[in-house]
Amino acid sequence: MLHRAVEDISTGSDSDYSSTWISWFLSSKGNEYFCEVDEDFILDRFNLTGLNNEVANYAQALDLITDQLDDEVQDELRGSLDVQARLLYGLIHARWIVTARGLAKMVEKYKRGDFGRCPRVLCQSQSLLPVGLIDVPYEKSVKLYCGRCEDLYSPKSSRHGSIDGAYFGTTFPHLLYLVYPTLIPPKTGPPADGPASANNTGEGKGGRRRGREEVPDAVGGMSGEGGGEGISTASVALKAERYRPRIYGFQLNETAKLQRWQEAMRDRQVARLEELEERG
Amino acid sequence: MSRQGQDVEEDAVSGGDEVMEEPEEQEDGYTSSTPTSTLTWISWFCSLPGHEYFCEVTEDFIEDDFNLTGLNSMVPFWKEAMEMVLDVEPDEDAAKIPDVSIVESSAEMLYGLVHQRYILGRAGQQAMVDKYESGIFGSCPRVYCVGCNVVPCGRSDLPGIDTVKLFCPNCNDIYVPPSSRFQGVDGAFFGTTFAHLFFQNYRDSAPAPFWKAPPSGGSSLSPRSSATGNRSSPFVNPNPYGGQKRAAGYVYVPRIYGFKVSERAKCGPRMQWLRLRPETPAQLDQVDYRGRWIDEDEYEDEEDEQDRQMEDFDPDLGDDDDEEEDDDDDEEEEAGGPSGQQQTRHAETIPPARGVVHAVRTQPTAPRQDAPVAIISLPQASGGKVRMVRQWTDRPPVLTGAA
Repeated sequence: MLHRAVEDISTGSDSDYSSTWISWFLSSKGNEYFCEVDEDFILDRFNLTGLNNEVANYAQALDLITDQLDDEVQDELRGSLDVQARLLYGLIHARWIVTARGLAKMVEKYKRGDFGRCPRVLCQSQSLLPVGLIDVPYEKSVKLYCGRCEDLYSPKSSRHGSIDGAYFGTTFPHLLYLVYPTLIPPKTGPPADGPASANNTGEGKGGRRRGREEVPDAVGGMSGEGGGEGISTASVALKAERYRPRIYGFQLNETAKLQRWQEAMRDRQVARLEELEERG
Repeated sequence: MSRQGQDVEEDAVSGGDEVMEEPEEQEDGYTSSTPTSTLTWISWFCSLPGHEYFCEVTEDFIEDDFNLTGLNSMVPFWKEAMEMVLDVEPDEDAAKIPDVSIVESSAEMLYGLVHQRYILGRAGQQAMVDKYESGIFGSCPRVYCVGCNVVPCGRSDLPGIDTVKLFCPNCNDIYVPPSSRFQGVDGAFFGTTFAHLFFQNYRDSAPAPFWKAPPSGGSSLSPRSSATGNRSSPFVNPNPYGGQKRAAGYVYVPRIYGFKVSERAKCGPRMQWLRLRPETPAQLDQVDYRGRWIDEDEYEDEEDEQDRQMEDFDPDLGDDDDEEEDDDDDEEEEAGGPSGQQQTRHAETIPPARGVVHAVRTQPTAPRQDAPVAIISLPQASGGKVRMVRQWTDRPPVLTGAA
């Protein structure tokens, strides 16, 4: 925490205070969505397959990320190299967060609410997950996926709104819920991990909760999946709350019709899924 | 008493302590509750940070007692609050009020509750439409609403229950304002009715309840371009009392490695109905007032594939949520007419889930084999890394195939 505070003061300047490029990058303002990629993941060239075509000055950018860059080169190219290093780190990050260890790290950030809360009122401040709309860089900025309403929102802050969506990829949030089905948010009531109340008020409290609930998942890796086997999600949508526009207490004809139609579609899906479940 | 006269008096009143106030006003023009010479209390109040959503209620409206019916029981220090809001010089016995800040909060409550009523009237709606069109209320945070403007909305008409929210006419949902400075604004000051009456009055701003994917060029990846792409043809809602604006109808489809997550997975999509729109207005009438499908047979004639599915209920047919997956333009391009849209389901005849897993892995670009995705190999604690990366190296063809 202290380290981070120091970094905030020195934003923009290079790694004067922090030990590594990655820790500097992670602590700069606007990079809160990123998690730390393990160094051995980066050093395994197999994991970087194909990235040399995406990133100019690939070798030097990689050296910069891994703090092996010669000082002389650094002066010449530093400006452009920094951009390339960010791109490279982002693309590695997209691959990293869909690995078991990367997912576990992102789960921690998710439980802390580092990606923000769903702006939809009836989602009751459900914690969000970053997602890209496309896996190619320089196309679309990062969006936030809410597991409760299963919809996408734009980040509130323009700092985050300008992050490339390819640094998170299209797969990540869905894979996370696939691997950790116990984390799938309930469709009704307060969020399971109670982030709304424990938002900023109790860092210690949140830490304790994490210690109790999360460690089995994170350490056990796949234990979350086992816990989710018994969950039935066929009819969860029936419990989802929705907003009903009203004028002087009366619903509007056209909107009410649309909502009835939507709910009939929902019921159809529920019937389909329940049938499927009965068949096993 | 004329407006002009009041202002002059105001000047005279505040002139006495001008010297004392000056440093404070320079620091922050808003902290002083004494209006400056040209500013009425109302325009001062509306210019405060966090009060951007308020419009200025005319004094005639406030002075008409009929408009205030019932409010005096809800607002403490009614008389003093009225004087403050209308910039009337207080009576001599004003000294009995213990603290001016109490009156200020009463004045705020009074103004807010009058505002709730004012914005339902013609003048208020006009004032709010000006603000709406200039985007003062902001836009919907939902990506596929493509920046649709929102209006302030309360969840209750009684004060003290909840703060102001924002209503998006495109997704018919309410959102928390993006800035925390609106956390202190009571939702009752806008009321539950205003937002919806507003879109009844200004139907050109209200998105219609049906939507059809543009025949080509549309893509989930570029909602912006597709929304603007089909503007050439005029849009008409056959219901003259309904929204007359072309809706932004894309619904997000989760994908893992380019494949849709099957609804048969535990983590599969469950909420797409919430954002879904029928393709034609007639489809809305297929559901009766109790929310049941009126005539499944008739429905089947129009959308044979979907209904056959409901009838036979063959699980292998998988998800019939094709219309939710409107962003699959490459598939939808084949679908010509409104009925052709539904025929995209023909491709759903995929083998049972587990048998396909292998094919999915090896043929990532196969268009319709989305259902089994969920059973794709999960990253294992140890060996997972390598496997995932292998899949990543397969990505470029996937993307070019989809794009």
